[in-house]
Amino acid sequence: MIRFFNWLFPHPFLTLLLTVVWVLLQNEFSAGMAVFGLILGIVIPRATAVWWPDRPVGFKLGKMLSYICLVIWDILVANVQVAWVVLTRSNKDMKSAWIVVPLELRSPEALTVLAGTITLTPGTVSADISDKGRFLLVHALHAPDPDAVCDDIKSRYEARLKEIFV
Amino acid sequence: MTAPEFLNLAVMISFGVVAVSQIMAMIRLVIGPNTGDRILALDTMVVNAIGLIVLLGIWQGTRLYFEAALIIAMLGFVSTVAYARFVLRGDIIE
Amino acid sequence: MTMADIGLYLAAICLLIGAAFTLVGAIGLIKLDDAMKRLHAPTKVGTMGIGALLLGSIIVSFARGGSSIHELLIMAFLFATAPISANFISKVNIHRRCCDETPELQGGQTWSTLVEREEDKAVKEKA
Repeated sequence: MIRFFNWLFPHPFLTLLLTVVWVLLQNEFSAGMAVFGLILGIVIPRATAVWWPDRPVGFKLGKMLSYICLVIWDILVANVQVAWVVLTRSNKDMKSAWIVVPLELRSPEALTVLAGTITLTPGTVSADISDKGRFLLVHALHAPDPDAVCDDIKSRYEARLKEIFV
Repeated sequence: MTAPEFLNLAVMISFGVVAVSQIMAMIRLVIGPNTGDRILALDTMVVNAIGLIVLLGIWQGTRLYFEAALIIAMLGFVSTVAYARFVLRGDIIE
Repeated sequence: MTMADIGLYLAAICLLIGAAFTLVGAIGLIKLDDAMKRLHAPTKVGTMGIGALLLGSIIVSFARGGSSIHELLIMAFLFATAPISANFISKVNIHRRCCDETPELQGGQTWSTLVEREEDKAVKEKA
């Protein structure tokens, strides 16, 4: 039974995503459209299962949702801060700096989420990763104290991601 | 001022402001000293174009422009990545 | 004042906020003087601005008696792709060496954009 389930849903999250996107594209909810979306959501991952060789990693849904809320709040606050910095500071007082963040995360999914979070919260852009994946290169727009930014990233995002992707 | 009038005024102001930002991005596209700046300016112009289309949809009270905005968003992302990848590797699909 | 009126006022305020953020992004694109600094303003403040415009569009459609939430798709797409484009553009800047020198790493590691690839070495040897 479990094997049949795994065969039918090689990528359960993709199935869910395709169904939701199909319903949103139709822009009006009806049972028929939801069922058709579900059919597409089953057929497409099944047909492309050959190109998803690894099973997707699991994550803790509840912690992921609270993480997303935290990131959205940070984006809102930091956007206003960056807009203020861009408008009021002259180029000379803007202390932009490269920050090297040593990484403890190893799984590619967690690293992708971390890099995306750093880029989406304004003021920092994740620019590059070292060739063995041990350090992340982050550029900060206005960072008088680069070490504080590094500590903030590690304690605020990386520690939470370590709990989400076990 | 009634609510629909206020909304119309807001849409008009936003049209002007987004159009001005579009022009500023175009200035950076022309003067931008490096390739990276030009790619960034093109990316910004795509994002602003989506904003203009959404505003047009609100102004005319129609949903017809949604697909156009979605397709421009997708094309803009793919073209940004393709352009950057061409500069990085000299080839888009290796 | 009905609910629809409140919705329209709310949407108008959303539109104005979005337009203001878009303008700040463009000002940053013009004003800042370093290629990496310029990356900050438009990729995020601009994305946020368009997010607010799309939110305004959703509220307008509800206030006018319809229901249209497919703008959420564009918003999700923009928020998912903005980090990737920003990352690619910063890689271009590092590759073209048109930003400040990247910091050195200890332990013999380098940044992956600066790694010399095997096929590039082969091309150089041939030339």
